[in-house]
Amino acid sequence: MNDMRIAERKVDTNEVKIAAKDVQVYYGDNHAIKDVSVEIEDKTVTAFIGPSGCGKSTFLRCINRMNDTIDVCRVTGDIMIDGEDIYDAKVDPVQLRAKVGMVFQKPNPFPKSIYDNVAYGPKIHGLAKNKADLDNIVENALRRGAIWDEVKDRLHAPGTGLSGGQQQRLCIARAIATEPEVLLMDEPCSALDPIATAQVEELIDELRKSYSVVIVTHSMQQAARVSQKTAFFHLGHLVEYGETTTIFTNPVDPRTESYITGRIG
Amino acid sequence: MPFTWLVLILLAIAAIGFVLGRGRALKSAGGDRRDLHSLPVYYGANVAMWAIVPAAAVLIIWMLAQPFFVNSRVLATLPGAVVSEGSSIGLVMSDVRRVADGLDVAVQQGAMSRDEAASLSTDTSDVRERLGEVGVALGSAVSADVLKGAQLYRTLNATSSKLMTVVVLLIALGGAAYAYSRSHADFRARNTVERGILALLIAAASVAILTTIGILFALLFNTIEFFKLYPAADFFFGTNWAPSFSGRGGSSDLGVLPLLWGTFYISFIALLVAVPVGLFSAIYLSEYAGPKVRSVAKPLIEILAGIPTIVYGLFALLTVGPMLVSMFGKDTLGWMQGGTAVMTAGLVMGIMLIPFVSSLSDDIINAVPQAMRDGSYGLGATKSETIRQVILPAALPGIVGAILLAASRAIGETMIVVLGAGAAARLSLNPFEAMTTITAKIVSQLTGDADFASPEALVAFALGMTLFVLTLGLNVFALYIVRKYREQYD
Repeated sequence: MNDMRIAERKVDTNEVKIAAKDVQVYYGDNHAIKDVSVEIEDKTVTAFIGPSGCGKSTFLRCINRMNDTIDVCRVTGDIMIDGEDIYDAKVDPVQLRAKVGMVFQKPNPFPKSIYDNVAYGPKIHGLAKNKADLDNIVENALRRGAIWDEVKDRLHAPGTGLSGGQQQRLCIARAIATEPEVLLMDEPCSALDPIATAQVEELIDELRKSYSVVIVTHSMQQAARVSQKTAFFHLGHLVEYGETTTIFTNPVDPRTESYITGRIG
Repeated sequence: MPFTWLVLILLAIAAIGFVLGRGRALKSAGGDRRDLHSLPVYYGANVAMWAIVPAAAVLIIWMLAQPFFVNSRVLATLPGAVVSEGSSIGLVMSDVRRVADGLDVAVQQGAMSRDEAASLSTDTSDVRERLGEVGVALGSAVSADVLKGAQLYRTLNATSSKLMTVVVLLIALGGAAYAYSRSHADFRARNTVERGILALLIAAASVAILTTIGILFALLFNTIEFFKLYPAADFFFGTNWAPSFSGRGGSSDLGVLPLLWGTFYISFIALLVAVPVGLFSAIYLSEYAGPKVRSVAKPLIEILAGIPTIVYGLFALLTVGPMLVSMFGKDTLGWMQGGTAVMTAGLVMGIMLIPFVSSLSDDIINAVPQAMRDGSYGLGATKSETIRQVILPAALPGIVGAILLAASRAIGETMIVVLGAGAAARLSLNPFEAMTTITAKIVSQLTGDADFASPEALVAFALGMTLFVLTLGLNVFALYIVRKYREQYD
C-alpha cells in the first residue's frame, strides 16, 4: 500500500529522505512502536499526530537515536537516511545527531550566553575555521531562526533570560547551526503562547526550503497549518500516512476520522 | 513541695482539663460531633494548653528571677563591714550560699531540726564543726553575719518556693477554667490550638538562634578580655607562637600568623586531594555508573563521612605518616624528619572530605535537568562533551558551594591535625614539616590546669573567634556564590 502512495506522489514531490521499515520499539517489556514503516520526504514538513502515548515521540526519537540514551529502550527494524542504515554498527550516533537536529518540547537553552548556545554545536563539530567564521555561523543560524533582530544587541546575555517563544526559536537556531539535513521537532510549541506559536510555525514553513522537517504535535490545527504530509499514530501503530489535506478531509481509516473529528484521543 | 510534684500536678490538671473540655464541647453540641466547629480533640487540647502554657511561663520566669531577688535581699542585710573585710561581694555571697546549702543538708540528714537550723547562732555552737559532721566542709569559721545571711537566705527561698507553687497552680486552674468556660460548639478551638502550635514552632526556632547568639557573645566577651591583657596588634601580626605556662603572662609570644598559616596550608592540601577525587567520583556516579553500581558505591563513599575523625587521626599517625617517611624521609629524599607533617594531616583530611565534595556535587549534578543533557546530545555532543560543557557549567555554583563548605570543615578540623600534623607552630613552606593549626592550639591551651584569667588561656577564645569569623566568612561567601550564579532552569 505504501508503495502505491509513493508512486502517486512522485509527481509533485521530492525524493525520500528517511525510510523506516518494520520498526519496533520496546521499553523493557512494553512494546511501544509496532511495525511502523514510513517514508519521509526531503524538503517537506511531515507532522506526526495522535493521542498521548501513541508512540509518535518515541518514533521521532528513533530517527536520531536519542532513544540510545535510555537504557531499557530497544529498537529493531531498519531506519535509513539517504539509503544508509542509521542503526548500523559503523554509524556513530553522535555524528548522526549532528546530521539530524532536534528541537524539544520545552525550550532548553543551556545556561550560557545566547552566542555560546548557538556556537555550541559548531564548536563541537569543528565547523568554524576561526572566530570570524564562527561569528558568521552564529549570525546565520540566528537569522534563520528568525530571532536575530531580537538578540543581536545582547548576544552575550544568558539564553535563559529570553522569553519562552524566544528561547524556543533560539533552540531552533541552535539546532540549525550544526547544518543538519533533517530537523526533528517534538511538540515545539506546546509550551508557547499563541503569538510565539505563530512565529515558530512561520519559521518551520521557512525551514522547509532547506530541510526535511518532522514535527510531532498535539494540535491538529497546527498539523494542518504547517505540514504537507501527516502521519496518524494510534497505540503504537502507524494508522494512516498521506497528504495532510487528504488526512484531514478524506481519511481512509475510521480511527483517523474519529481522531480528527474529536471522537477519540 | 518538690519541683517534680508541681510539674506532675500541672500535667494532671491539663489532662483533666482535656477530658472535661472535650466533654463540655460535645455536650453543647448535643453529642453530635458534626455540629462542632472543630474536632472534639481540639477543644480538649485548647483547655490543656491554657492550663499548662501560662502556668509554665510563670514557673520559668519565677525560677529565673528568684535567685536575683533573694540575693539582693540577703545582700541588703549584710553590714558593709563584712564585705570590706572579705575581698568582694561575690565571695561573701558564695560563703552565704555554702552555709545555707550546708544547713539544708544537715536538716535533710536529720542532724539538725528545722527550728534549730533557723535559730542557730554562732554564740552557742561552732557552725563549721557541726556542718563538717554532715560532710559539708567550710573554708573558715562562720561569722555571725554570714550565718544570719544564710538563715535569711533559707527562709526567703522557702517562702518564695511555697508562694511559687501556689501561684503556678492557681494560674493553671484559672487558665483551665477560662478555656473550659469557652468550650462551646461554635468556639474556634482548632484555630486557637494551631496558633499555639505556631508559637511552639517559633520557640523551637528561637532556641537555635539564641544559642548561636549566646555562644557568639561568650566568645566575644572573653576575646575582649584577652585583648585587654595582650595587645591585639601582637596577636594578629605576631609571627611567633610561644606561650609560656611558667610565668604569669608577659613572657609569652602569642602571634596567630603561624597558626593561620598552618591552618591554611593543611586545608589547602586537603582540598587538593578532596576536590578532584570527590568531583570525579561524583561525575562517574551521576553520569556513567549504572543504577546497580550507584546503589552500592554511593553508600560506600558516604560511609567515609561517618568515620569519627579520631579514627582518621589514628590512620594518619600509624599508616600515612610512616608511609610518607619511608617515601620522603631520611633514607630516600631526606625532606621529612618525622611522621607528623602538614602533608600527613592534609592527605588524611583530604580523604575525610571526599564524601562531602562527592555527595554534594552528585546531588547538584543530578539536579541539572535532563532537558539540558537531551539538548546537548541532540546536537551531536558526546557524553564527555556534554558533561564538560553543559552539565558542569550548569552545576558549577553548587559545586563551588560544596567545595567552600568542605573548606570550612577542613579549617575547623582538630583531631587529624593533633595526631597527624604535630604541635609545632611554624611558618614554613615545606609541606613535610610539622605544623599546627588554630583548632589544635585551642585544645592545647585549654587542657590541663588552665587559669582562665591568664592571656595564655584566654587566647583560646581569641583563636576561636578568629576561626569563627573565618568559617563564617567562607560560608557567607559560599552562599553568595551559589545565589549569584544559580541558574534558573524553569
